[in-house]
Amino acid sequence: MQKSPIKLLFAFLGGLVLLFIVAPLLGMVFATPLASLVDTAADTEVQQSIWRTLSVSMGATLAFSVLAIPLAYMLARHNFPLKNVVLGIIDLPIVIPHSAAGIALLGFISRDSVIGKVAGSMGINLVGSPVAIAIAMAFVSLPFLLNAARDGFAGVPERLEKAALVLGASPARVFFTISLPLAWRSIVSGLVMMFARGMSEFGAVVIVAYHPMVAPVLIFDRFNAFGLKYARPAAVLFIAISLVVFVVIRLIAIKRRKNA
Amino acid sequence: MLNVNHIYKTLGVFNLRDVSLKVSKGEYFVLLGPSGAGKSIVLEIIAGLITPDSGEIEINGINLNSKRIQERNVGLVFQDLAIFPHLSVRHNIAYPLHGKGLKKREINRLVIEAAQSLSIEHLLRRSTTTLSGGEQQRVALARTLVTKPDVLLLDEPLSSLDVERRAEIRKLLREINRKGQTIIHVTHDYEEAIALAHRIAVMNNGIIEQTGTPQEVFSKPASSFVAGFGGIKNFFRVNAVSKKNQDLAEVTIGEQIAINLLGNADDEGYITFPENGVSISKSTTDSSSQNVFVGKVIDIYPQRFGVEVVVDIGVNVYSLVTQESIQKLGFEIGSQVWVSFKAGSVRFIGGL
Repeated sequence: MQKSPIKLLFAFLGGLVLLFIVAPLLGMVFATPLASLVDTAADTEVQQSIWRTLSVSMGATLAFSVLAIPLAYMLARHNFPLKNVVLGIIDLPIVIPHSAAGIALLGFISRDSVIGKVAGSMGINLVGSPVAIAIAMAFVSLPFLLNAARDGFAGVPERLEKAALVLGASPARVFFTISLPLAWRSIVSGLVMMFARGMSEFGAVVIVAYHPMVAPVLIFDRFNAFGLKYARPAAVLFIAISLVVFVVIRLIAIKRRKNA
Repeated sequence: MLNVNHIYKTLGVFNLRDVSLKVSKGEYFVLLGPSGAGKSIVLEIIAGLITPDSGEIEINGINLNSKRIQERNVGLVFQDLAIFPHLSVRHNIAYPLHGKGLKKREINRLVIEAAQSLSIEHLLRRSTTTLSGGEQQRVALARTLVTKPDVLLLDEPLSSLDVERRAEIRKLLREINRKGQTIIHVTHDYEEAIALAHRIAVMNNGIIEQTGTPQEVFSKPASSFVAGFGGIKNFFRVNAVSKKNQDLAEVTIGEQIAINLLGNADDEGYITFPENGVSISKSTTDSSSQNVFVGKVIDIYPQRFGVEVVVDIGVNVYSLVTQESIQKLGFEIGSQVWVSFKAGSVRFIGGL
């Protein structure tokens, strides 16, 4: 590659950006003594919160994907009145403050709301439940899945779907055997992004459910109650486990598709 | 067998107007026309991918209009083939067989049968992404033929292939047709049409200009568009025999007229040569032309550019000359003239 001053400048600026992301994280890791990390890992409260975060975010992602993937397909393939409005609504959770989203959701599931009353009649209090956490996580993370899946479906040549129809497949079979497998990589990216975004959500979750604590709330809680020194090991642990989980999911999902 | 009756369809600014076709069982029917003529739309309407505004489609007397795509039993091979990239060759061919209540063993048997008939049995386990153009074409054909369609619709099946593969697939299509498969083939290439068609429909700008055998369409074009598009009034059915130790072949039209062409051929076929490559003179001249005939001017038509002179040399030969030449040499109807054209300007289309 030819070296021009502008390329060097861009490489330098890019390096600064990467450093900006990596340096605080590495700084935190190096500032955490191994002993405190081991202690924190043995703490059941921490273990439970991390497990809760992973499982609830995974549950929210899977449950909402059943609704979101068909919508993404519709948005990729069909034009309908007010489509732009729908696209705008989908991106709404990204632009509104998450604490505000939490307040809105709290009103939505509180005991005074229709949903809250229905749940209450079955003896369930949604506020402060894993369901509330899942709803808050899904609310802020759905756009990631919807947009990635929509791009994925849009990238599947319509011609292949037409060919499958002419070959005698029903529209449902075309969706499951052609559109979905060919959009799979993008959908997996979307699922991973939604899962990750849900896991890391603090603002909306803390309002609908301070307890039971998910990891981001626990980290905040420890910082608030005991200070930086106590919050840090929990944060390092959570980040490490999250990274491992992402890598593993991605590998499994992509590999399974290849073998299919 | 297949009747397309008075189809109308408006798509944006494009209009398909009063398109009617009748294709008999076992026929090889070619829809010929420039790109944008509406040929592919006709195929997609027959397949059910596009709903016509009005008009009817019938196969074996059954109206298809209200039938869903998957119930029509029409096979369509797209121009870009639309091979499923995530499935192996075997699964591509088996795709239309699933969901029909067939046993696995039966599906397997049909897949192998289809693969054998297209000589791609050795490719069954391959991924479709590593296939050559000709192989992909065969896979697409196998995948469609495995459904045993009433009509096979082919959208520009040879356009993406190199010359060698083109001849190979052309031969294959002819074989498929000989086994009784009714085919409608869309192309913009008149040579392809002549080489394959029992009958041709010439389409332009959303309407069918003329339908008939290749001979009828090219020798007696019904409109100036057909004449111009084919661009070949000098069009004859011939027998070709290669000349020993020469790079020439001699073709005979009927029994008397022998024409030389550059290249070797030993076959029945058609020849064409361009009007503007035919010279006319008042006497024999020494020239490099291998083909010199004496004949009589039977017609002179002014064209937009130049003048078309029809000379009877036993068959009618068309020549395009300038207005100035006509005046200078004083041609008129009834004049005796010499007609000459080069062996290299004669194209032979064989393998009928």
